[in-house]
Amino acid sequence: MTPSSTFSLSNVSKVYSNGTVALQDLNLAVNDGQFVSLLGPSGCGKSTVLRIVAGLGHMSSGQLSWSHQANRRMAFVFQEAALMPWATVQNNVRLPLKLSGMGKAASNAAVAEALEMVDLTGFESSYPRELSGGMKMRVSIARALVTKPEVLLMDEPFGALDEMTRSKLNSDLLNLWQQKQWTVVFVTHNIYEAVYLSNRVIVMAARPGRVVADVPIDAPYPRTEDFRTSAMFNHYCRDISARLSQAASHHLQDNASSVRSPNVVDSLV
Amino acid sequence: MQNPLTNFTAVPDGASPAEAAATFPMGSRLRWLLSADVLAPIVVGVGVLVLWEVGVRLTNTPPYILPGPLLVLQTLVSEWGTLFPSLMITLQITLVAFVAAVVTGLAIAILFTQSKWIERSFFPYAVILQTTPIVAIAPLIILWVRQLVQGQQATFISLTICAWIVAFFPILSNTTLGLNSADHNLLNLFQLYKANRWQTLRYLRLPSALPYFLGGLRISGGLALIGAVVAEFVAGTGGTRSGIAYQILISSFNLQIPRMFAALLMTTGLGVAIFVALTLLSDLLLRDWHESAIKREN
Repeated sequence: MTPSSTFSLSNVSKVYSNGTVALQDLNLAVNDGQFVSLLGPSGCGKSTVLRIVAGLGHMSSGQLSWSHQANRRMAFVFQEAALMPWATVQNNVRLPLKLSGMGKAASNAAVAEALEMVDLTGFESSYPRELSGGMKMRVSIARALVTKPEVLLMDEPFGALDEMTRSKLNSDLLNLWQQKQWTVVFVTHNIYEAVYLSNRVIVMAARPGRVVADVPIDAPYPRTEDFRTSAMFNHYCRDISARLSQAASHHLQDNASSVRSPNVVDSLV
Repeated sequence: MQNPLTNFTAVPDGASPAEAAATFPMGSRLRWLLSADVLAPIVVGVGVLVLWEVGVRLTNTPPYILPGPLLVLQTLVSEWGTLFPSLMITLQITLVAFVAAVVTGLAIAILFTQSKWIERSFFPYAVILQTTPIVAIAPLIILWVRQLVQGQQATFISLTICAWIVAFFPILSNTTLGLNSADHNLLNLFQLYKANRWQTLRYLRLPSALPYFLGGLRISGGLALIGAVVAEFVAGTGGTRSGIAYQILISSFNLQIPRMFAALLMTTGLGVAIFVALTLLSDLLLRDWHESAIKREN
């Protein structure tokens, strides 16, 4: 573990009770202030990694270690906005502070600040049903930001949004990240999104879930819309795409050879 | 996904949606009265009543077989003095049983969600209590309560217990379902922010259960009345504190069929009133956020 690393996972495996191997011997160290994307097909265990880091899931073996303080201030953004439909925007954002025992008056300033960060000032008293999908996701992000987290864990947060809303939220998120210098772990299955946002893309493969490549994206920030059409951007996308399909074809070959193997056939009979 | 623009146009000049709705209440109420939802059932109802009255007159059916609606209405007015106090007694039993069902149903549902073991151990018995026919066990309950309590109170208590047994289960099962239906992502979020049991219950499980609880309330309100009426039939109590079911029973013994119809009409009216009141309560509590209570324009 390097001195600047925020957390590291060593030899982490996760096996579900039905025998499915979700993760096998995964090693990953994330450094302070990095924007790391976990990229891979569905079923590669990228969300499982995020949940383990958040403390929401247990690992079967291996270790998660945090540097500095034992308890980093973490925030989690889900794929669905996961708002409380009975509460106004303001009260949804206030939730983490309320759960930590902070009073309404004391939390008002932090709530207003978080809503301003995501451009939702003026919608304090709206209910989630009155908002569009993109706006709901902004509320969800504001709720994560209200505790001033050091580590932001995001599980395909923009997966359910249309392309235009997604790219707008991408650049807004990137601007905020540059100002606040959080450590971000971002799960996605979208190569373009991963390359545009991150300074490091972890490519994962499925069955069993594992890391197949660790690609640094050495493009300077701030990244503008022009970056999306640059040669460098294309180069990274092509490289990562090749690594993904390579991992997938290996997996197919492994399967094909194992089926031909007499031992496996015997054990099936 | 909605167009974000529609959200901006929905709140013009800083007016809240509530204020916007308040600017045309009279017009919308009149439109509501003239809408098909209201007019169609009224037309059907009036049509049936007219057919009934005409049919009874044309066939010369004697009132002790089938009284016409006009005669029932006349009887209702003339017998109001004896029927209304009885209805109030039934209403009293219904309300006490209903409140008891709400309190116990809610409390036991919360207990169930706090421990899977408690739910596993006791839920089957709640089902058994529900499926046992109240007519069959009402005499037992009346007998037992009379052993314990003396005088007029005994009848009231035993009838209330019968009505409570019938009304209690929908609240228990609906609220249990609701408490367990909290969004799993939100449950994770509460876990992440280290919410304690009480906070998770107060801020997540109870609000999630509210629509289910209110659904159970509407069923239970009607069932409490039915339970009270059935128990009164079984108890067959006379005297000063006899309920509306006793009046129906006595009227049928005496072949006062118009009076029986009048008492029946009052009971049904009470049931409808309870249902409407609980529906209004439900809409009031859910109007800000729940799909069931939100009017949408398409």
